[in-house]
Amino acid sequence: MNYFEELNKDYRFKEGFHTCINCGTCTAVCPAAEFYKYDPRKIVSIVQTKDNNAIEALLKSETIWYCGECMSCVTRCPRKNGPGLVIMALRDLSIRLGFFTESEKGRQIYPLTKALNGNILNYGYCVHPETFKYKDHPESGPVFEWVLNNKKQVYGRLGANYQGKGPGALRHISQEDLDELKAIYDVTGGTERLELVEKYSQAKAEQMGMSMEEYTEFTFSHCSPGHFNNED
Amino acid sequence: MIYQGKQKIWSDYQKETPADGWFYVRSCIRQSFFPASEKYFLAICRDLLGKDIYESEHHTTCGGIAYHCDTIPQETAMTIVARQFALMTEAGYKNLVTSCITSFGNYTEILETWREFPELEARIRENLWKATRREFEKPEYVAHASDLVYKFRNEIAERAKYRLVDVHTGKPLKIVEHIGCHYSKMFPHKGIGGAEYPCVLSGMVDSWGGEVIDYPERRHCCGFGFRQYMVKANRGYSVSNTHKKFESMEPYHPDAIITNCPGCPYFLDRWQYVISEQTGKTYGQNGFGIPVFTYEELAGLVLGYDSWDLGLQIHQVAVEPLLDKMGVQYDPANKYLGIDKEKLMKPALPSCLKCF
Repeated sequence: MNYFEELNKDYRFKEGFHTCINCGTCTAVCPAAEFYKYDPRKIVSIVQTKDNNAIEALLKSETIWYCGECMSCVTRCPRKNGPGLVIMALRDLSIRLGFFTESEKGRQIYPLTKALNGNILNYGYCVHPETFKYKDHPESGPVFEWVLNNKKQVYGRLGANYQGKGPGALRHISQEDLDELKAIYDVTGGTERLELVEKYSQAKAEQMGMSMEEYTEFTFSHCSPGHFNNED
Repeated sequence: MIYQGKQKIWSDYQKETPADGWFYVRSCIRQSFFPASEKYFLAICRDLLGKDIYESEHHTTCGGIAYHCDTIPQETAMTIVARQFALMTEAGYKNLVTSCITSFGNYTEILETWREFPELEARIRENLWKATRREFEKPEYVAHASDLVYKFRNEIAERAKYRLVDVHTGKPLKIVEHIGCHYSKMFPHKGIGGAEYPCVLSGMVDSWGGEVIDYPERRHCCGFGFRQYMVKANRGYSVSNTHKKFESMEPYHPDAIITNCPGCPYFLDRWQYVISEQTGKTYGQNGFGIPVFTYEELAGLVLGYDSWDLGLQIHQVAVEPLLDKMGVQYDPANKYLGIDKEKLMKPALPSCLKCF
């Protein structure tokens, strides 16, 4: 497979990849480069070489998963490139080819896919208090633990239509509307993507000697040394 | 000539936001963490200013967080958005207003991509028809809800019960404004003031009597980073970026922060708590943090709505220091009541960050 040609089919790549002059402005302004061993200038430069082996190495690397997709680079590039958009295309290809399981940060696609799409297909929203667990989010503070312990009372007090019918914040989304979302996933490749991530992740979990439950927890929580600029 | 040139450039970054007739779509994060902000946005626009803003119970997420966590294909995200457009069309509206900045960026990106690649728009129309038997018109105008509050800022100021002024000194309160990255960094001409001089929040602060403070990392991301927060193992990225911003703004002694993205106020609030737990450092006066507000909350305070009805008790950083400076009347006994004034057990206190 010619990876550059595959990337060039992605509309984000078409929008975000023009001639890069290697000025490094994207790296200078990048919140990820500040802390991670991440250099968007180098990534775009590698892609620009069209070197198949080098691009394959990128697709299997940690580095393409460090970007936060804030798109600060898009504003600043003097040649109207979008390194963040190039990253989105690289990640998409890495997932389609199953290369994402080759890196620790890539393997995080599994818990992300399960959680976010589970929320969309069951609650109609990407994030939802029903699945937001304090043990996974201690940073949300004691005040949010209090909210989660008193959802009905607090959300009701604050004007949400919590689990109610009709419009409003945190309302119940009808099964008919959820069915439409599922049909959209089926028609557009969303369902196929979920199955693909499941298949590659199961194979990796088996290789790592973990159950899927252990794999989910490990990929969600574990951070090996070596990702940050201040580490060897 | 130069002045005309600058004037022309500036005019490219102004938006003629329609005053009325909006189809409203909610935010995954704002409705979960700041539900009262969505309530009061609608209350201010509909009840106070008499605007027509419609919400369909059938709308859903735009899929933006799942998209930017790279967990759904671009066509899936686009078709979810096309369904929102179909609901808007069916309801008879032409203008769409989003509660979320990620959504605003997502809608804008999709419409711009379709403009450049019409064949993709045609495919999404087919997808939507196959999946839902729905059809849609594209919105004539997409706004973020903060664009509307900016548009109505002077009408809000005319009705103000309180101003962003320290009642003890008579001086303007010093406010940090933080714009969500996807408001105008991707498509500067879609944001009021562009990416370089966005004035959607600073305009509100000016109108309501405050003083916007400038600081080196004013335009730095809050650190959400999608997967960098959603995955527990990556949150070092998120807190490190917030830390960088607070270290940068600290010498300017801000009284409060105003934000327009739903995620930013959560992160700027909660990471202050985490930084205090990890390092013992707090950024406000006397062991408090710097209170962080959504623009709806600050508008609500200015208009004199009850602080606890606005949801300020579900911030981790105590808001009372700012309420006291503004002279806002509030009853501490009502802070932790549930629906129908049911008395609830109070939340635990952080070990370092001062709270009431």
